[in-house]
Amino acid sequence: MTNLPNPRGLSRLGPRGTFGTALLAAAELNPRVVGVTADLAITAGLERFRVKYPERLLNVGIAEQNLVGIAAGLAEDGWQPFAATFANFAAMRSNEFVRHHLGYMRQKVSVVGIGAGFAMGQFGTTHYSLEDVSALRAIPNLTILSPGDCTEVFQAVLALANDPQPCYLRLSGAPSMRPVDQSDTSFQIGRARVLSTGSDVTIVGTGSMLSVAAGAAGILQERGISVGVVNVHTIKPLDEDAIRGLIGSTGAVVTVEEHSILGGLGAAVAEILSAEAGSPPLRRIGVPDRFPKVGSYDFVLKQCGLTDLLVADEVGDWISRHRRAAAATT
Amino acid sequence: MIDADEQLSDQQALARLASRARCSVLRLGHAAGGTGAHYGPALSLVEVMTAIYSMARVAPGVGTDLERDRVILSKGHGSLALYTVLHEFGHIPDDVLETAELDGTRLPGQPICDRELGIEFSSGSLGMGLGYGVGLALSARMMQSGRRIFVVMGDGETNEGSVWEAAMAATHFGLGSITAVIDVNDLQSDGATSDIMSFDHAAGWAGFGWEVIEVDGHSIPALQAAIAQKPSGRPRCILARTVKGKGISFMEAVPEWHHGRLTEPQYAEAHDELRGGEPR
Repeated sequence: MTNLPNPRGLSRLGPRGTFGTALLAAAELNPRVVGVTADLAITAGLERFRVKYPERLLNVGIAEQNLVGIAAGLAEDGWQPFAATFANFAAMRSNEFVRHHLGYMRQKVSVVGIGAGFAMGQFGTTHYSLEDVSALRAIPNLTILSPGDCTEVFQAVLALANDPQPCYLRLSGAPSMRPVDQSDTSFQIGRARVLSTGSDVTIVGTGSMLSVAAGAAGILQERGISVGVVNVHTIKPLDEDAIRGLIGSTGAVVTVEEHSILGGLGAAVAEILSAEAGSPPLRRIGVPDRFPKVGSYDFVLKQCGLTDLLVADEVGDWISRHRRAAAATT
Repeated sequence: MIDADEQLSDQQALARLASRARCSVLRLGHAAGGTGAHYGPALSLVEVMTAIYSMARVAPGVGTDLERDRVILSKGHGSLALYTVLHEFGHIPDDVLETAELDGTRLPGQPICDRELGIEFSSGSLGMGLGYGVGLALSARMMQSGRRIFVVMGDGETNEGSVWEAAMAATHFGLGSITAVIDVNDLQSDGATSDIMSFDHAAGWAGFGWEVIEVDGHSIPALQAAIAQKPSGRPRCILARTVKGKGISFMEAVPEWHHGRLTEPQYAEAHDELRGGEPR
């Protein structure tokens, strides 16, 4: 296991630069690691990888279906391919190739979706990826990872380099992704990390919205609300025990994701809680079911209510309404 | 199975093998009952698969040997030709073959990757095989393996854009280890390829930088010669000119037999025709 780089340094690199740095570290540890890209080596942070291991970086041109097909052929012989392109192309242009080669044939490819959510800013809707988790979550045998900060991106890449399960690695977040303090420093695919517990409400965050969940929790604490935060870096397989653990221990559950409110983390959590008696009420915060107006990353996040303050306000209002409703019935 | 006294290099023996495989295609397709089977696209492919397996370095039961040649049937609806020829070459046992297209079988209408049986690739969704083959060829180069990769596609399948992403990549990477065989039977599900999506395969593949060899796709020696031709360093495309439904006169070049169900009298007629015909 390689030592983790300084979190602030990684944060400055952003999720893509961190991915490239982590893949280089993984390649040094594991000679089977190869990078595959569809004309986005530089954008995916793989330039240093290319210089150091030119024979282990394959550029297939602007051809995302072929990206996944070629990576799968490599995987058959035991290579560990990381196939990187923009998240929307990876998940949607290549969707059936992911289903066929990774899900059905179980070839161990790590498809890396860069620029997920609104990270592409002014590039606009064609480059936003709001549906990728939803588009991939029903594919059997596919792990879906959504790291919450750059340290976690680094950990996820190293974990994937030695994991046999086909995976989609979703890289959301702005070029400088805020680091999140996590007392539990171990990263294990499929195991959620509980950052804090709270009796009033628990915010479950993933990807770029983990730091927003933590920030909103801080604001709500100052307003006298007891808030917990859970980091779901693995959307599939979901840590069902961690989600069920919220029943009886917290008054309400909120999910936050930089993804459509349909079919992503919120849906996955709802699928668990809705089957359990006595589940707390659940509010899903994410991108409403429409294409937002295009703009800078911060502009679009604000438009969708995905900032620390806006999430805190929404959660606070929702909790208050619940309390008033509860008081009225007693 | 191949008789002990038969030599694979013996064209008479290979012709008999193909003839037996064709009879098995008919028998298994009929036994499957249900809604029928993909007779046409399997019957056009029997000699192609026979020629490939007569040349490929793939021994039964060694589906984990990294050095083995890879045979990727990308046109999954030719599955009955794959199964019956693999059976003839000793990869698929008798009892497993007889389960083809029955409920819960290892040999369904579209193949499932099953290395124990020599089936290298799950297929059915068209346009998936060539890109995978490019990955296998790149891997072979990185491992300094001399193995060859055969990818069998239908002419209708080349309508899929992903085929051309892979064709471009195979040329760019200089993958002379890839041989694509196109089953040019001039028919696809809705009719003649010239009506549905016409294409000049010879010019098209050559234009993508491939070495193109056109052969009679029902001539095993011609197919073998094309496979054995001295490597050029470029990926090779063998255009196998075939007849869909080959061997059963009422099926030959008839689009409806892309997938169909035989009545008992039709089955008897087809059976007699295949049994009565001498191997070419």
